[in-house]
Amino acid sequence: MTDLLTPVLTENWGKDKSWTYDFYAQHGGFEAAKKALKMKPEEVMNTVKDAGLRGRGGAGFPTGVKWSFIPQANPKPKYLIVNADESEPGTCKDMPLLLASPHLLLEGIVISAYAVNCHQAYIYIRGEAAHVARRMQAAVASMYEHGWFGKDIQGTGFDLDVTVHSGAGAYICGEETALLESLEGRRGQPRLKPPFPAVEGLFASPTVVNNVESISTVPSIIKNGVDWFASMGTEKSNGFTIYSISGHVARPGQYEAPLGTTFRQLLQLAGGIRKGHQLKFFTPGGSSTPMLTEEHLDTPLDFEGLAAVGSMLGTKAMQTFDETTSVVRTTTRWAEFYQHESCGKCTPCREGTQWLVQILKKLEAGQGEEGDVDKLLAVCDDINGLSFCTLAGGAVSCVTSAIAHFRPEFELGYTTPAWEAFPYEKSALFEGGVK
Amino acid sequence: MAQSNIDEKTIEELKQIMARYPQPRSALMPMLHLVQSVDGVVSQRGIEVIAELVGITEAQVQGVSTFYTQYLKHPGGKHHIGVCSTSLCAVMGGDALYDRISKRLGVDEGTTEDGMFTLERVECNAACDFAPVIMVNWEFMDNMTPEKADKLLDDLEAGRPVKPTRGATITSWRDNERLLAGFYDGKADEGVSAGEASLAGVEIARENNWSAPKGEAK
Repeated sequence: MTDLLTPVLTENWGKDKSWTYDFYAQHGGFEAAKKALKMKPEEVMNTVKDAGLRGRGGAGFPTGVKWSFIPQANPKPKYLIVNADESEPGTCKDMPLLLASPHLLLEGIVISAYAVNCHQAYIYIRGEAAHVARRMQAAVASMYEHGWFGKDIQGTGFDLDVTVHSGAGAYICGEETALLESLEGRRGQPRLKPPFPAVEGLFASPTVVNNVESISTVPSIIKNGVDWFASMGTEKSNGFTIYSISGHVARPGQYEAPLGTTFRQLLQLAGGIRKGHQLKFFTPGGSSTPMLTEEHLDTPLDFEGLAAVGSMLGTKAMQTFDETTSVVRTTTRWAEFYQHESCGKCTPCREGTQWLVQILKKLEAGQGEEGDVDKLLAVCDDINGLSFCTLAGGAVSCVTSAIAHFRPEFELGYTTPAWEAFPYEKSALFEGGVK
Repeated sequence: MAQSNIDEKTIEELKQIMARYPQPRSALMPMLHLVQSVDGVVSQRGIEVIAELVGITEAQVQGVSTFYTQYLKHPGGKHHIGVCSTSLCAVMGGDALYDRISKRLGVDEGTTEDGMFTLERVECNAACDFAPVIMVNWEFMDNMTPEKADKLLDDLEAGRPVKPTRGATITSWRDNERLLAGFYDGKADEGVSAGEASLAGVEIARENNWSAPKGEAK
């Protein structure tokens, strides 16, 4: 029986100088890269494929399969891009990973680049995290100093350059084709697919875009093997992952556990809901994944388990709210987030998210009109699936799932401000609340 | 037109940024960060210089700079204060913190007259387990309270050293813009490995002797 928590990526977090090259090298670092560089690239790729590693950035696409889409016969350079634009509300696992154990990602880059025959990798870090950029810049420099990056790495004849690139504040750049536009020095607006990045990505060349956690997981798979990885998790969701628990819980934080762990188990580890309160709702994988309630406490938090209850695993970010919280308020704020972050390219998303905010703000202020809730749902219907990327879909999921669970609370917005029904100061973590 | 501090050294550094990429236009974002670090704003002079170096039009540079929220159209203050106002932080107390700071500084999403602070509501900054969160010059100030926010502003105003909960000692917004342009400041060893919340799971695992299964033979 696997233990409840299985720290692999988080194992060395918090230890003295954990972010330095020497620490990493002295704690089992680079064993996997040394092993991989002696294998054939396709063997490395097949190992990751056979292990069943699925993308940890939200979509859950099998990482090794994604790599296999790179057309090796294409004479253009191949690019590997690490998506460190962590911005999905609730998601807070990649930033601490990069702060505490940056070399885990960098070793993963060596192995992954080797597998797809890539000689130039980029790490695209959201711009609003200075210390993360700092630690990554230093870590990349240390890899060059020790012959892991550059020409003929470790005498293998394999060349690999890695560039750290900071963004400048745009959630949409977490979408892989918007990220590519951004990295080409353009507005971060998603591209129409196909062509997919594997065929025409950065500079119209074959490109793999993977999440920080996915690439950071690769070294442990190479080091310990396919069976080891598959011994954790569930049938179709193999391995371990970092679950991020935030909000009204006694001990918010990062919990690394096998996929398929339930929220009941995690919540217990996190000390339950803060004292004297009860769970009202939670998002299983960031605000774009339909919210769930107490009845879903025993749902396995894996790709299949959450799909079965009409939600998604997403980024495994459980934003947790207790009974003091106005769901109209949180939904309004999330809608404002999507409105703010819509890149403006597709009309249904650009305009639709604004309509959602207008109606929701009225409801929050208790100035809604009879029929507004249905109007919200109708607007959602007019947005959903009609844009290039899934940003608008996230906005829709967040609104429709909230209404599905708490419709009367939205209808209360025809007469009563949310702050009267749910005094906001009661939700705050300190005395004195709002206004 | 506002004065620009862009000189030969800046232009040399802008060229260094371009040299990092196979296509010069990829350097646009770090170049804009560098211009902000020099001029405190995406200045007209900065736009002209970048357009010329990269070989695109000024409108194209502006089209990019106006898309991303970290690039400022009006001069930023010495310190940038970003209060997270997305749902979770807002509910946990972010709204109250914003109101308090806004009242104290006398600005609502803008820069104080003395040029000391630029206050902004920011969207989710990937630190939800530390909510409510304030970013100072994009360094993490975790688990904020009204008292801590008051002290933070007192210290910054008085020029006393401020250590973020996870980051390097605060200097200025412009210094960190330079960092974001890819010019390392030598401060990676400052600050903690991980904050308390980041360690919640791993500490419970240590207490219970829980771990991932042992790996197969090498």
